[in-house]
Amino acid sequence: MPSPDTPAPAPERVEPPGTERPIVRVRGVSKTFGKDVRALDDVSLDVAPGIVYGLLGPNGAGKTTLIRVLATLLRPEGGDVEVAGVDVLADPTGARARIGLAGQFAAVDEYLTGRENVVMVGRLYGLSGREARRRADDVLERIKLTDAATRRVGTYSGGMRRRLDLAASLVGRPQVMFLDEPTTGIDPRSRLDLWELVEDLVETGTTVLLTTQYLEEADRLADRIGVIDDGRIVSEGTADELKDTLGGAVLEVTVAPDDVARSREILGGIAGDEVASAAAGTRLRVPARDGVVTLMAATRGFDAIGLQPLDVALHKPTLDDVFLALTGDRPEPVEGEAAEAATGVGLDATSGPSTGMATTSPTTPASSGDRPAA
Amino acid sequence: MSADTSTLAGAPTVFVPIREHTTLRGTLTDTWVITQRNLLRNLRLPQLLVFATIQPVMFLLLFNYVFGGAISGSLPPGIDSYTNFLLPGLLVQIAAFGASQTALGLTEDLSKGVIDRFRALPMSRAAVLTGRTLADLIRNAAVLSLMLTVGFLIGFRWQTSLLGFLGGFAIALLFAFALSWVMATIGLYVRNPEAAQSASFLPIFPLVFASSVFLPTQTMPDWLRVFADNQPITVIANAIRGLMLGPEVLLPGQTVGGEVLAALLWLGGITAIFSVLAVRTYRRAVS
Ligand SMILES: Nc1ncnc2c1ncn2[C@@H]1O[C@H](COP(=O)(O)OP(=O)(O)OP(=O)(O)O)[C@@H](O)[C@H]1O
Ligand SMILES: [Mg+2]
Repeated sequence: MPSPDTPAPAPERVEPPGTERPIVRVRGVSKTFGKDVRALDDVSLDVAPGIVYGLLGPNGAGKTTLIRVLATLLRPEGGDVEVAGVDVLADPTGARARIGLAGQFAAVDEYLTGRENVVMVGRLYGLSGREARRRADDVLERIKLTDAATRRVGTYSGGMRRRLDLAASLVGRPQVMFLDEPTTGIDPRSRLDLWELVEDLVETGTTVLLTTQYLEEADRLADRIGVIDDGRIVSEGTADELKDTLGGAVLEVTVAPDDVARSREILGGIAGDEVASAAAGTRLRVPARDGVVTLMAATRGFDAIGLQPLDVALHKPTLDDVFLALTGDRPEPVEGEAAEAATGVGLDATSGPSTGMATTSPTTPASSGDRPAA
Repeated sequence: MSADTSTLAGAPTVFVPIREHTTLRGTLTDTWVITQRNLLRNLRLPQLLVFATIQPVMFLLLFNYVFGGAISGSLPPGIDSYTNFLLPGLLVQIAAFGASQTALGLTEDLSKGVIDRFRALPMSRAAVLTGRTLADLIRNAAVLSLMLTVGFLIGFRWQTSLLGFLGGFAIALLFAFALSWVMATIGLYVRNPEAAQSASFLPIFPLVFASSVFLPTQTMPDWLRVFADNQPITVIANAIRGLMLGPEVLLPGQTVGGEVLAALLWLGGITAIFSVLAVRTYRRAVS
C-alpha cells in the first residue's frame, strides 16, 4: 500500500483511536509448548479494519503460533481474542465464518484440480454447489488461474499453489484474511503477483494480517507493522514510525573482522548500547540521531585508537535497521552478505539453515523454532 | 464471467457470513463433500487404483489355484469347492489389508496442512473423520464387489440364497467400516504416513493369518487354534461363510444365527470404541 504511486488510502482508513473498533483484538495472549517453550508471551494487538497489518519477526518468534490462535487452530492459555466482533475462544465457528487462512505451507489437494479445490472450500464455508462453482470461477479469474483451473494442482508451480491456497479462502468472502509467510519460498515474479493480490483484496475492504520475514515486504504492503520477537510484540507502528524510532539516520561502519570488538566499543560510546551488526558481523550499525555530528564523533573515536574502518556510511534507516535494533544482535551463522544480496533483504541471513529445514519438513510446526539458542 | 462482479478488485465486498454454526443438514453436506474429495483421491492416484483392484484379484486367483488342489480334501463337510470356502474369507482379508488406507489418508492430510485448512472453516468437525471412513467404506464396497465378480467367474456359487449372500457381503462391509475407525485411531496417534502404514499391519497380519480366513483351523496346534477360533476375524469370516454357504460349514455346535450375532457384537463394539477413540485422538492430534 504505501508504495509511492498509490495515493495511500491508509490514513483515511486508520481512524483516530477509539472511534472504530479494531477488527482483530488480542489481549494478554500466552501460549506455552511443553514446559518451557514460551511461543507467545502476553501478546496484545489491535488491527484496524481494512488495513494490511504486517507481523514481522525472525524464525521462531511466534508468528505462526499467533496466526494459529487467531484462526481458531490453537487455544492459548489465557487472554482474549476477538476477530470481526466475534470472541474466537467462545465461538470458534462464528469466527471461522468470517476469516480466511492461508497457512505457512500451501494446503491444497494435489489430486484435485484448482477449481475443485476452490469449490470444495466454498462448499465448506456453507455455499450451495451452484454458488460455490460460480464464486470459484470468479476467484480463479481474479488470481489469473482460469487457464490452469481444470488442471490438477499436482502440476502447478509453487507460486501457483500459493496463489490458489490464498484464493481458495476468498470464495467465503472473509472479512479478515490471515496469511502466514505468503511469499516465502517463491520467486520474485510470483511474489509480486501475490503482493498485487493482497493489495486488491484490501481494496475490496478485507483486512489482511500477514506474517513475513521479509522487511521489504512489510515495508511495501503493510499499513502497520508489529515486530515480534521471542513471543513478544517488541514494537509497533507504521513503517515510518518504526524507522523514526531510530532517529534521523543510521551510521553504518564496516571494519575488518579483528577490529569488530574495538569498533563496537567506540560506537557504543557514541550511540548507547544499540550496536547491531548486520550480515557477517563486520558491518556495524548504530542510530545516528545527530546525523553528521554522530558520524564525525565516530571517525574521531576511530582515529584516536588508530583504527581504520573499511567503509563508513550514513543513510536513512531501513526496516532492516529497525529489525536488527529491535530483535537484538544474534550470532550470524553463515554466508551473510551473499545471502542478503540474494534475497534482497537482510533478515533471511539471520535465519540461516533453518529456513531450509522448515520447508523440507512441513509436518513439524516446531521445525521453525530452530535458531541458534539465544 | 458472471453477472456478479462484486468480488473483483475495486468494489467493496459486503461481508455476510454464509453460516455461523453447523446444523445437522450442514454436517451431512460437509460429510458428503469430504467423502467425495477422498474418493477422488482414490480414483486419481493410478497406483492406488491399481493396487486396490489388481492385488485382491491376484490374491484370489493365487490362493484359489495354488492351495485349492491341496486343500479341497480337508475342507469341512458341506462345502462344494475351495473357491466357495476361500472367497468369504478373502473378503475379510482384503478389507483388513486395505484398511491402512484410512490411516494413510488421514496422516497425509495432517502433515500437508489440509486438516488445518478444514479446521479453520466453519464446517462440521465430525465430517473430517466420517468423510474419511465413509469414503473408505465406498472404496471397499467397490473392491469387494470386484472380487466377488471375479469369484463368480472362477466358479464361486452361494449355497444358501441371494439374501444370505447379500447378508454376508454386508457383514464384510461393516467389518471394513469398523476397521477404518481402528486405523483412523492408529493413524492419528502416530501422525506419520510411513509409521501409520507399518503400525497398522502389526495387528492385522497375525489376526488374518491365525484365523479361518484361508484354511480351516482344525489343523492348527491346539494353543493357536484356541486363539484362532475365538478372535474376531475368524468369528466374522465364519459368519460370512455361514450366511453364504449354510450351517454345515460351521463347526459342530455353531449356528449361523449365533455366529452372525457374535460378529455383529464384535463389529458394533469395535466401531463404538474406536470411533470414540479416533475422535479423541483427533482432538489431541490437532491442538
Ligand atoms: N507444536 C509445537 N510444539 C512445540 N513447540 C512449538 C510448536 N509450535 C511452535 N513451537 C515453538 O514455538 C516457538 C514459536 O514458533 P512459531 O512457529 O510460532 O514461530 P514463527 O515465528 O512462525 O517462525 P518461522 O519464521 O520459522 O515460521 C518456536 O520456538 C517453536 O519451536
Ligand atoms: Mg511460522
